[in-house]
Amino acid sequence: MSRRVRIAVLVPALAGLGALFAWAVAGLPAFGDYRGPYGYVLNRIVVPLRHTTNVVMGTTFDVRGVDTMGEEFILYAAVVGVTLLLRDEVSTRRVERHTRRLRSDATRLVGVLMVGGGLLVGLWLAAFGYVTPGGGFQGGVVLAGALLLLYVVGSHRDYRVFRDEHFLDPLEGLGAGGYVMVGLAALASGTPFLTNLFGLGTTGTLASGGSIAVLNWASALAVTVAMLLLFAEFLKTYETPLEQDDPGS
Amino acid sequence: MTVLASTLVPLQAVAFALVALGAPLVVLTRDPLRQALVNGIYGVSLVCLFVVLEAPDPALSMLVVSAIAYPLVIVAAIARVRAQERKRNDE
Repeated sequence: MSRRVRIAVLVPALAGLGALFAWAVAGLPAFGDYRGPYGYVLNRIVVPLRHTTNVVMGTTFDVRGVDTMGEEFILYAAVVGVTLLLRDEVSTRRVERHTRRLRSDATRLVGVLMVGGGLLVGLWLAAFGYVTPGGGFQGGVVLAGALLLLYVVGSHRDYRVFRDEHFLDPLEGLGAGGYVMVGLAALASGTPFLTNLFGLGTTGTLASGGSIAVLNWASALAVTVAMLLLFAEFLKTYETPLEQDDPGS
Repeated sequence: MTVLASTLVPLQAVAFALVALGAPLVVLTRDPLRQALVNGIYGVSLVCLFVVLEAPDPALSMLVVSAIAYPLVIVAAIARVRAQERKRNDE
């Protein structure tokens, strides 16, 4: 296609998209003008009914618990997809490579401190998710990120266990399956799927929310391990060409 | 709560401006490696925006995704492509 033809196709397309976009923006409610009833309803019912001071978590893990289960399996399917896509290249590969340590001690020191700090923040976010902002998803991503820093600043040997599929796969199953098990437990006790089973506890403490706490930890585990599995696949892909380039390093 | 919300408006304006400035900067950076870095900084500006819009939960996710997870994937892909290019040039 010549340049002129391409421009002739592009300009009307851009004009059409621009017109639709302008129409859509013009129809938006004013900034900060929330109209839907659901937010107001949830703000009113979640704290008295579920004792979780973070309404977002009370919503995602209880009021809309089934949606969150679907979300968890979307992540699971994404990781499976990445693994399958990269698989054929991986099988013939030597997994481990000699360590190339960071040269600057200051960088390593800060990095190692960040591993510890990151793990602490991640655990805190996951544990207190239903009391203060945070939750299993956020905490899980922070935990996996902190562990990945270990790969960057430490040695590949330190990180070896966090890329071992035999170690990670059962944990991923436990996280993803644990969520479903809580739902099935409710079903087995004669109530609808994912009904909140346990005592609701004291509002604003870790001992609140009933099933929400368990579901929260299950998804924290599932998200952490899913991210680690994803990193493991990318690290394998990343390391191969370096091996071929300088086998002695 | 309304007092707090109204005092946040100037901060929200600044955060929106930073995001609006950052997005074209990411697009205009040509070198992919530098683009990954600029994108990380742009991610932090989005984190600030989420915070001043009183949405701490997405801010936390955005912080880690933009600072660690996404750059890793990009940098790994760049390293892979560059090594392949080098190999092809050697042959």
